[in-house]
Amino acid sequence: MSETAPTDGTNGVSGAELRLEDVVKKYPGQKTPAVESLSLTIPAGEIVAFVGPSGCGKTTSLKMINRLIEPTSGTIRIDGQDVREDSATSLRRKIGYVIQGGSLFPHMSVASNVAVVPKMLGWDKQRIADRSDELLDLVGLDPDRYRDRYPRELSGGQQQRVGVARGLAADPPVILMDEPFGAVDPITRQRLQDELISIQRELRKTIVCVTHDIDEAIKLGDRILILQEGARIAQYDTPEAILAAPASDFVADFVGSGSTLKQLSLTRVRALELSQPTTATVGEDTGPVVRRAEAAGDDAVVVLDDRDRPVAWPWLRQVRSNDRVRSSPRENLVTLDEAATLNDALDTMLTAAHSKVIVTGDRDRYLGVIDFEAVTEHMRKTEREAAEREAAEGGSTDG
Amino acid sequence: MGEFIAERWDLIAFNALQHANLVLQAVLVATVVAIAVAVVVDRFRALEPVANTVSAIGLTIPSFALVGLLLPLTMIGALTAFLCVAFYAALPVLRNAVVGFAQVDETLIESARGVGMSELGVLLRVRLPLAWPVIHAGVRTSVQMSMGVAAIAAYVLGPGLGGYIFTGLTQAGGTNAINYAVVGTVGIVVVALLADLLMLLLGRLTISKGIRA
Repeated sequence: MSETAPTDGTNGVSGAELRLEDVVKKYPGQKTPAVESLSLTIPAGEIVAFVGPSGCGKTTSLKMINRLIEPTSGTIRIDGQDVREDSATSLRRKIGYVIQGGSLFPHMSVASNVAVVPKMLGWDKQRIADRSDELLDLVGLDPDRYRDRYPRELSGGQQQRVGVARGLAADPPVILMDEPFGAVDPITRQRLQDELISIQRELRKTIVCVTHDIDEAIKLGDRILILQEGARIAQYDTPEAILAAPASDFVADFVGSGSTLKQLSLTRVRALELSQPTTATVGEDTGPVVRRAEAAGDDAVVVLDDRDRPVAWPWLRQVRSNDRVRSSPRENLVTLDEAATLNDALDTMLTAAHSKVIVTGDRDRYLGVIDFEAVTEHMRKTEREAAEREAAEGGSTDG
Repeated sequence: MGEFIAERWDLIAFNALQHANLVLQAVLVATVVAIAVAVVVDRFRALEPVANTVSAIGLTIPSFALVGLLLPLTMIGALTAFLCVAFYAALPVLRNAVVGFAQVDETLIESARGVGMSELGVLLRVRLPLAWPVIHAGVRTSVQMSMGVAAIAAYVLGPGLGGYIFTGLTQAGGTNAINYAVVGTVGIVVVALLADLLMLLLGRLTISKGIRA
């Protein structure tokens, strides 16, 4: 990243601490306040997911942070500074804002959409152009192909990616996301979540993400804030803690029972051992590749591009029929980020040709392959451990 | 007929240019005023029915009558013609601008505010460009309509081709009466067609590719 904000020196965190103190929002003419009294500290560099039933005040709480909604009383501080000290517009230029569907400006090209905030901040042309290319690359869109397109020429998932790039453009320490992946199909949503986690691993921003989907919250959140009506905090903790010990019946109902299946969405792919099948680089002679694969007993070869990103996964017989290893558009290959959950992994395998799936790390770099057996083995292990634990506790709880 | 035109070609061409010039200036001023009014209407939605009624009733006033009403105030001459044309020109633009602004998606406006645009920024960079295709259509209608209104406005000795039509009327039965009327009418139609072509081109240049139909 060429535009990294000053970090506090620890683990490359570029986010800022966010603190809400007794924040109240009361609309005139309404008996009960939309937000009763919310106090909350969000540590720098973490993703916090706000979840709750509709009308619980989660979106209102989010919008008070960038003053799209002004609180009736209470204080919100970013890195100790009251958000009211600055004008609303200059505050918002320092906070990334990503909303459902990307909400791109349809009359602006992809590059101009990404450049909206840098342009307002008065960056020079070259810096803006470099930055938008860099961000498009970060969110997995080839700048040469996409920068001059208009939003309507993109798929929903691509629009959402541009929306994320726009939110990151001026490298703000805090990013607010309002149902960011609500408008896309489940497979795209899972991919976008993976990408966000991968981006966050690199940038370490403070991200507040509103969602109604508890699975999304579990997957994305370092912490989850579960809200009840009036934005009363039902529980604010890590996903593991919330699943293991729901604070109330409300929370238990909301997250669903803590079954093994739920645990699947807590375990990341990186926790499992990846297998390392034969790989090849685009343009390589197929002869040696085939020999390597045969020696290793593999029936398929993972093809990587010059930046070590997987681009294709042909069967050995397909490789044999060409002189050189061929590439295909990267978008067509379904891969998983190492931070994807086992839930996602199973989902992807069930629809994949190989019943295995390629796992990638930062910027789509290839890491290995995960197969069905590895996942089921892990499930059996977790289940065994849970049973042993329950036996040890004497089975006193009913879940 | 050919001889009639050939003898007066320079003058006809000059008057055609004057006609186009009057319409162009009137529409330009009318567009700016109408958009400004529409911005206010967009801010105070209660004004919308008022604006719609004004543009509907305004269009029912016969242009000849308006010329008569303006005459005592602004005297004979180009100013009266200009005001008369501009009044009618503003109405279709106002109607379309009100509709165009109302059609802009609220979530886009919120997202524009959310990324830190000022209210003026939201207007100039989001509302106006997004409403522009509809406003542009209004301006195009306005240009066409104004061509006819400008002909009537020639009654107060305004510039343009309308003068030929009135000359034709006053000399009814005379040798050149038909010639004058035809030159005036056909001339206006030709100018109007050329102007429409230019408006089409203007649309091509100013409406973003991302929202063009």
